[in-house]
Amino acid sequence: MGTTTPMRFRQAIVSALADEMRADSTVMLFGEDVAEAEGPFKTSEGLLTEFGPLRIRDTPISEMGFTGAAVGAAIMGMKPVVEIMFMEFLGVALDQLVTEAAKMRYLSNGKLSVPMVVRASVGSGLGFGCQHSQTLENWVAATPGLKVVCPSDAQAAYSLMRASIQDPDPVMILEPRILYAERGDVDTSLVLPIGKARVLRKGSDITVVALGQMVNVSRSAIEKSGLDVELIDLATVVPWDRETVLTSVKKTGRLVVVEEAPKSGGWGSEIVAAATSELFSQLKGAPFRITTPDVPVPYSGVLEARFVPTADDVARQLTESLKSGTTPKSWWELEGLK
Amino acid sequence: MSAELKRRKAVQEDAVAQYERMIEIREFEEQINGLFAAGSIRGTTHLCLGQEALAVGLASVLRPTDIVSATYRGHGIALALGLSPEAVLGEIMGKTIGCCGGVGGSMHLSNMELGLLPTSAIIGGGMPVAAGAALSFQVRKTDDVAVAVFGDGATNIGAFHETLNLAAIWNLPVIFICDNNVYGEYSRINLTTPLEDLHMRADSYKMPHFSLDGMDIGAVQKGVTEAVNRARSGGGPTLIEAKTYRFAGHSRADQALYRPEGELEKWQKRDPIKVTEESLVASGALNADKIAKIKSDMKTTIEKVVATCQASPEPSLASMFQNIFTPAKVGR
Ligand SMILES: Cc1ncc(C[n+]2csc(CCOP(=O)(O)OP(=O)(O)O)c2C)c(N)n1
Ligand SMILES: [Mg+2]
Repeated sequence: MGTTTPMRFRQAIVSALADEMRADSTVMLFGEDVAEAEGPFKTSEGLLTEFGPLRIRDTPISEMGFTGAAVGAAIMGMKPVVEIMFMEFLGVALDQLVTEAAKMRYLSNGKLSVPMVVRASVGSGLGFGCQHSQTLENWVAATPGLKVVCPSDAQAAYSLMRASIQDPDPVMILEPRILYAERGDVDTSLVLPIGKARVLRKGSDITVVALGQMVNVSRSAIEKSGLDVELIDLATVVPWDRETVLTSVKKTGRLVVVEEAPKSGGWGSEIVAAATSELFSQLKGAPFRITTPDVPVPYSGVLEARFVPTADDVARQLTESLKSGTTPKSWWELEGLK
Repeated sequence: MSAELKRRKAVQEDAVAQYERMIEIREFEEQINGLFAAGSIRGTTHLCLGQEALAVGLASVLRPTDIVSATYRGHGIALALGLSPEAVLGEIMGKTIGCCGGVGGSMHLSNMELGLLPTSAIIGGGMPVAAGAALSFQVRKTDDVAVAVFGDGATNIGAFHETLNLAAIWNLPVIFICDNNVYGEYSRINLTTPLEDLHMRADSYKMPHFSLDGMDIGAVQKGVTEAVNRARSGGGPTLIEAKTYRFAGHSRADQALYRPEGELEKWQKRDPIKVTEESLVASGALNADKIAKIKSDMKTTIEKVVATCQASPEPSLASMFQNIFTPAKVGR
């Protein structure tokens, strides 16, 4: 057992980066305003002071250039961590991650390794509008050769960061921006391997699988519902933990996935499809997904608060599905909207 | 003629109206901080304090049929082009009175009657789009032009270089205006760019280029007119670098403590409002009394705008589902 320290989610990121940099002199960090300004979200506080400008670097506004530089440095044995301030900015750099980094091992007949990490803040809830609020797991999740993780609390932020830096392959970390200020206890000796889901609550009625900021929402929904729900934080989107999820669904016979992503094309479809096709005869009800509607993230506070699955709405759908045995309607179907 | 087109016409014709529009922008931006503190605005917002001359100078030269792409730092350009303060503040407050009905927010302002494309919050995002608008003018043989306004930091993104090269080889009627306000977020431009005069980058594309004093509306008008005339007459693109200064922090959260001591004060001596006042007083168009009245009237006007926007309804849930697609059709 290590020591358990209370810290904010963003401090857990700083701690993990610092601990990895202390342990391995090839680890470095670059991105826009990460050095002098210590990060737009203060996720690199103190790092420039401790590790110096050779390893902690500010970049120009050139995402393609510096993401690609991480690919080359990683091939040559460095372990670069790149910060993309908002996930949407990866759009101008996607080639380097998805088409270059993720293909290097394959195209070198196994000779090359690209141990780089790309971190990006994701998600809605802070009034940043539709170009700065998406989660976009699906931009990266259909890329064999690229791992994708998403922490839901300070502990996961710490442990998944360390696991991602240590991983020999490219890893994308999606950091729910709304959680940066959240506090949690962090045990620095706790290892969370990539590809391992976290069972946060044991239960027998329903299996709920959630990711990122939907984990907290699901936890309060479960409390509100009073049901005996097993809550799983998926934590890794690629490669996702089939064993943990399917073992749980086998036990409960019911699966609900809670996602902060548009209904169409979300990562949860994959989970529901796997459970349905592999456990069909053991299911007590149809697995279903609770998602955001197929709309851009609205700016208005009133709308943005409704856009994302709320604890009340998740509780309603869990309760209804258990009672009626049918798949509940989404809030927008109930409102007659589409 | 719509009220917004009238607002546009006013700044195209009259130097005092241009000054008033600059005061409107100044007063508008100064209200934003208070509204944040009061919880009337959420998210983030990027002020253009100190950059009013560029916005109004540009609007005074362009026609409403010309097309402008701009950025998240767009309140001033939107107001200058003629959007009503209610349409802009309403959008910033997420209300139905806003130009996007409250679903866009501070970073996304637009009005196609005035030629303003939805402002982009992605660095470089609007540049190729402006080139595309210019392409449509070239193919249709109109003499309209497109303008892309972007920051100093944007000259380091791929879209800048790709678009300049494309515009040059296609000889497009587009004007690239780099608003060099010395900072990109918290980084002084010299820390990210090995070049002081950013307009020099056009040399690699054999494109005409120059810098101008962005604090002086007269200099803005002269420079933009030269580039617009070239574009309208088939002479192709121009890169203009307007030397300005960002008086406020990058965004709402930023107090700009990274600035060298005395830098802000040095630039404030050339406050575009002051520069314009001096020239209008010298020409006899304004005097101290008139200036005081313009400022106090504007204060009252903007206070009324705030009240109107505060009273405007929140958007309905249905509005989040609108304007994603239009019903599909097959054939012409
Ligand atoms: C592709 C991309 N990368 C990063 C950002 C984050 N960002 C927003 S504004 C900004 C600074 C831009 O500086 P500059 O181009 O000088 O414009 P200014 O804000 O000074 O008007 C940055 C880095 C972004 N919006 N898009
Ligand atoms: Mg700038």
